[in-house]
Amino acid sequence: MTDQAGIDTLQYLRGQTARHVRLQLASPSEIVNPLLFFLLVVILFPLGLGPDPERLALLAPGILWVVALLANLMICMRLFVDDFEDGSLEQLAMASMPLALSVIPQLLAAWMTGGLVLSLAAPLFGMMLGLPVSAAPVLVASLLMGTAIMLLLGAVGAALTVGVRRGGILLALLILPLYIPVLIAGTRALDEALHSGDPAVALAFLGAGVTGGLLLAPLAIAAGLRVSLEL
Amino acid sequence: MWRIIHQLGSPPWVYRFCDRVIPWLLPLTAVALIVGSTWGLLFAPTDYKQGDSYRIIYIHVPAAVVSLAGYYIMAFAGLVSLVWRIKLADLAMRAAAPIGAAFTAVALITGAIWGKPTWGAWWVWDARVTSMLILFFLYVGVIALFEAYDNKTIAARACAILSLVGTVNIPIIYKSVDWWYSLHQPASIKFTGSSAIDASMLYPLLGMIVAFYALFALLLMLNLKQSLTSEYAQSNWLIKRITT
Repeated sequence: MTDQAGIDTLQYLRGQTARHVRLQLASPSEIVNPLLFFLLVVILFPLGLGPDPERLALLAPGILWVVALLANLMICMRLFVDDFEDGSLEQLAMASMPLALSVIPQLLAAWMTGGLVLSLAAPLFGMMLGLPVSAAPVLVASLLMGTAIMLLLGAVGAALTVGVRRGGILLALLILPLYIPVLIAGTRALDEALHSGDPAVALAFLGAGVTGGLLLAPLAIAAGLRVSLEL
Repeated sequence: MWRIIHQLGSPPWVYRFCDRVIPWLLPLTAVALIVGSTWGLLFAPTDYKQGDSYRIIYIHVPAAVVSLAGYYIMAFAGLVSLVWRIKLADLAMRAAAPIGAAFTAVALITGAIWGKPTWGAWWVWDARVTSMLILFFLYVGVIALFEAYDNKTIAARACAILSLVGTVNIPIIYKSVDWWYSLHQPASIKFTGSSAIDASMLYPLLGMIVAFYALFALLLMLNLKQSLTSEYAQSNWLIKRITT
């Protein structure tokens, strides 16, 4: 598959993804900070609610999911800022590759260094809250898909607010209502797993969200970036 | 057919149209509101379970119905402005957002007032209540995004994209909130549900819904006229229209 300029699309996407991952790895604080945030907020809950292990275990699915959601929001706030400020986003928008396609590497890299890491670390934090180890696979699976959806939705908001001064709090206001279905499905999957139910329906819902998001969100992200770049 | 669509994109025509419709719409809305509310509040029968407190339904339900319709009206205007770059659609979208938010707020506040005598609490995490609250925040998001941009043409395009994303998500949000509710809440306090409403109570309710739609249209036109006035303050047609 090649476009007019003779660039192989898949090769381009692969190369760009690797470039963005390398950029992320070059500044490890970008990866570590959301994790530290996740851990710190999880610690706040036992301090606020009291150390009773039974109550914490009861609340653990909701706490883990809400905190993962907030950590994901932090990742989204940084998403297009650097590329917007140094002008590379404008170059990307002018290139022959459709913008909806050329933003995907950045999203993929952001997920691999953000959502993926959060999801894999979550069982550890779950154990601190007394979440049974048997629920860990469902926690990881639901977060893997949930963070992908939340990144796609958050990227739409980030694209719309990247040109706005102090866009961070605005981004939260725009995006948090859209996160609600993801939160509901994610906690539901965990609840089902904890009460020996079947988490498959909730996980399938999240899977459908990832598929639909991958189809539609890049179009909205590209349109939002064009608005922010005033093209 | 095409002529009407072209005319809808012309600010002078729409301004004239609003001027012509408002003198009819204003008395119609007033009469519908007065007839609907007196019928509902005075003449409709008392509910055997909730007594007279149920009568707030005649404000609560119409406000809720119109606030959801308002979001779709706003999103449709956004789509038109995004695809055809019609300035007037921008203005219509901008005019619809605060009205829709206000209707949603009315539905939430009357819901809280209604909840106190029936559920015994000002706020209950009922599926509908929660959905309304989320809708309110979707409106607030559009308004906040519009205010954040200095360039209002760009702001309108950003809001159009956001309201379209919201439109795709609203059915998903509503379904998921229903799902969440059925998991966490016992069904005992769900009393509206599928319970059939008697005709003697239904007709004044339908009347109030019509009245609220008319009110929405009226407020939209007034708001649109106001933004046309500020947007085209320097234009000849507007100066001529106002001075003669």
